[in-house]
Amino acid sequence: MNKEYFFYTKKLTVGYNGKPLIKDIEVNLKKGQILTLIGPNGSGKSTILKSITKHLKSICGTIYIDSESIESMSNKDMAQKVSVMLTDKLKTELMTCKDVVETGRYPYTGMLGILSEEDNLQVRNAMELVNAWELRDRDFTEISDGQRQRILLARAICQEPEIIVLDEPTSFLDIHYELELLSILRTLAEERNITVIMSLHELDMAQKVSDLVMCVKGEYITHLGTPEEIFQKELISQLYDLSNGNYNPLFGSFEMERPKGKPKVFVIAGGGTGIAEYRILQKKGIPFATGILHKNDIDYQLAQDLASEVFFEKSFDPISEAVFQNALDRMNSCNIVINCLKTYGEINMKNKTLYREAVSQGKKILESADML
Amino acid sequence: MEKSKNTNYIRYIITLIVLITLFVILILLNIKLGSVDVSVKDIIDILFHGSGNETNYNILWKVRLPRMMASIILGGALALSGFLLQTFFNNPIAGPYVLGISSGSKMMVALVMIAVLSRYHYVNSAALIIAAFAGAMLSMGFVLIISRKVNSVSMLIVCGVMIGYICSAITDIMITFADDANIVNLHNWSLGSFSGTSWKNVGVMASVVLPTSLIVFLMSKPIGAYQLGENYAKNMGINIKLFRIMLVLLSSFLCACVTAFAGPISFVGIAVPHLVKSFLKTSKPLIVTPICFLGGSVFCLGCDLIARTLFAPVELSVSTVSSIFGVPIVIYIMLKKRVH
Repeated sequence: MNKEYFFYTKKLTVGYNGKPLIKDIEVNLKKGQILTLIGPNGSGKSTILKSITKHLKSICGTIYIDSESIESMSNKDMAQKVSVMLTDKLKTELMTCKDVVETGRYPYTGMLGILSEEDNLQVRNAMELVNAWELRDRDFTEISDGQRQRILLARAICQEPEIIVLDEPTSFLDIHYELELLSILRTLAEERNITVIMSLHELDMAQKVSDLVMCVKGEYITHLGTPEEIFQKELISQLYDLSNGNYNPLFGSFEMERPKGKPKVFVIAGGGTGIAEYRILQKKGIPFATGILHKNDIDYQLAQDLASEVFFEKSFDPISEAVFQNALDRMNSCNIVINCLKTYGEINMKNKTLYREAVSQGKKILESADML
Repeated sequence: MEKSKNTNYIRYIITLIVLITLFVILILLNIKLGSVDVSVKDIIDILFHGSGNETNYNILWKVRLPRMMASIILGGALALSGFLLQTFFNNPIAGPYVLGISSGSKMMVALVMIAVLSRYHYVNSAALIIAAFAGAMLSMGFVLIISRKVNSVSMLIVCGVMIGYICSAITDIMITFADDANIVNLHNWSLGSFSGTSWKNVGVMASVVLPTSLIVFLMSKPIGAYQLGENYAKNMGINIKLFRIMLVLLSSFLCACVTAFAGPISFVGIAVPHLVKSFLKTSKPLIVTPICFLGGSVFCLGCDLIARTLFAPVELSVSTVSSIFGVPIVIYIMLKKRVH
């Protein structure tokens, strides 16, 4: 009835022991799309994932895969369509990495589970895809967490699923493996047309890897959309109850709270020279003002989050007299001036004037906030 | 890949050859040694020509051979039961004895024996097996309830040992108040012994244990998947509820058979699967289950031989000997797990 989408839910309500946690979830995915669930701890991301994989009975509503309700699917059908990578810590005994990956072939082998040539080939392909073939004879308990995640991903891949569900797949990974794992997921989605549904803590990664993002918090799913729609300053700050931190969608990251109080330091910056100084001042808890920046300057982005006051001009325009006067007034009230600029161009020539003004007034001039 | 595969196969074959050799040697020793030493010539005469000294003929055919068969069948059953329980609890020191399942069986069997023997002179083996099974399920039920409440594996084992003590205490009370005539038999049996096995018993135990063991072997595939934990097993398409029930029933049933015929025999269920897995360097059930059975047979043949001959004509209980060999292995496993 809904041919366009490969995976979709209708009025899905999930929860534990008959108690609904999240109600009326409606999500539609095409083949080869990546859906990422984000939200604070304990918001129910795992609960939704477990309901999709049938580890948890959904309270009401239906989940459809390929137009078939998962309720009516046999265990074997389900196993051939959906594979998982869980947060469970595996306690294996005397199992090599290859043994672990081989369990992914379970739905395809016969009564005694003996692997055919085809099965062995799938196991090898999956292990090579995640760059783990050289680990094949190592004991699963004796490899690193990152390697273990890759082995478990290979296990999920060699199950030849149409949907892979991953619960926080990057939790134990360093940045190198995190990037590798996510690019493997992207490859699976693009080349094998596998639909990926996962939860992630790293928002910057979620932004980069997902086709659709679902914000999980509270009784209903309030936001579901493309990364561009979801990763907005207010939306993300609300999602994580951030009253004292700042989310910057451009960087995909969070900034610490800005120092409170009247600015004590004035930072003359531009063209990325201010970023390091802003961070030092923030760490030392010294409130500061900065200017004069153009709106398209990278310094401007961070200054918005960290400075008490930012003096700025429209992109590409020379600094106007009015803005200059405001900045000068503010600088006059600060005892310390940090000048990050070594050279000046046509449109920010007023910063040079600002600097000379500071020198002539006998302000304490520093090259770096480190000296404070 | 080919290379590692070959070394694995070589390892499996060597383990198998060693076990079969031990098996044959122990069988020969079990036939020959005892309070009466039968010469090799007599053995050949008695077994293959049906002739020879009549006393020795009776010793061999009526005492030693059935007893040996019991060690083989019941030893295998115990080792398999242990392997299943270790899989079920995902814990290498789970076993029918430490979890109190053997003692539960013992208690029910003693109850039935005392009740029946006070009126008749004979107890049907089927009745004993059913009683033992009921007892095993009783203990298993308690262990399962406790395992829901406590997450810690060591707590589970402690609770299992406690259940074992309670059941043993109740058994002792029953034995104290039993008829004098039965006390000697009951007492020996309640310590664990293969003595007094008849060919009829052997027939019953074979027809119960062997098919059950075959079922276990045929369940190798889901058991292997279950080793990755319940959630992954479910994702591979296993009906977890049914599978868990099967594991509980099969392990209890195997243990119950052993207890019905030989009383509680300790630590075989932990030591043998552990030794087998460490020799094979794998836990793949398809390979481990048959070799576990063979290993259990060899272990019990050895223990029974020592029990019979060490202080002959005084006989030790098998459980005494199996503890002496089994406990160090259990302690070793616990220490090794602690290190990891």
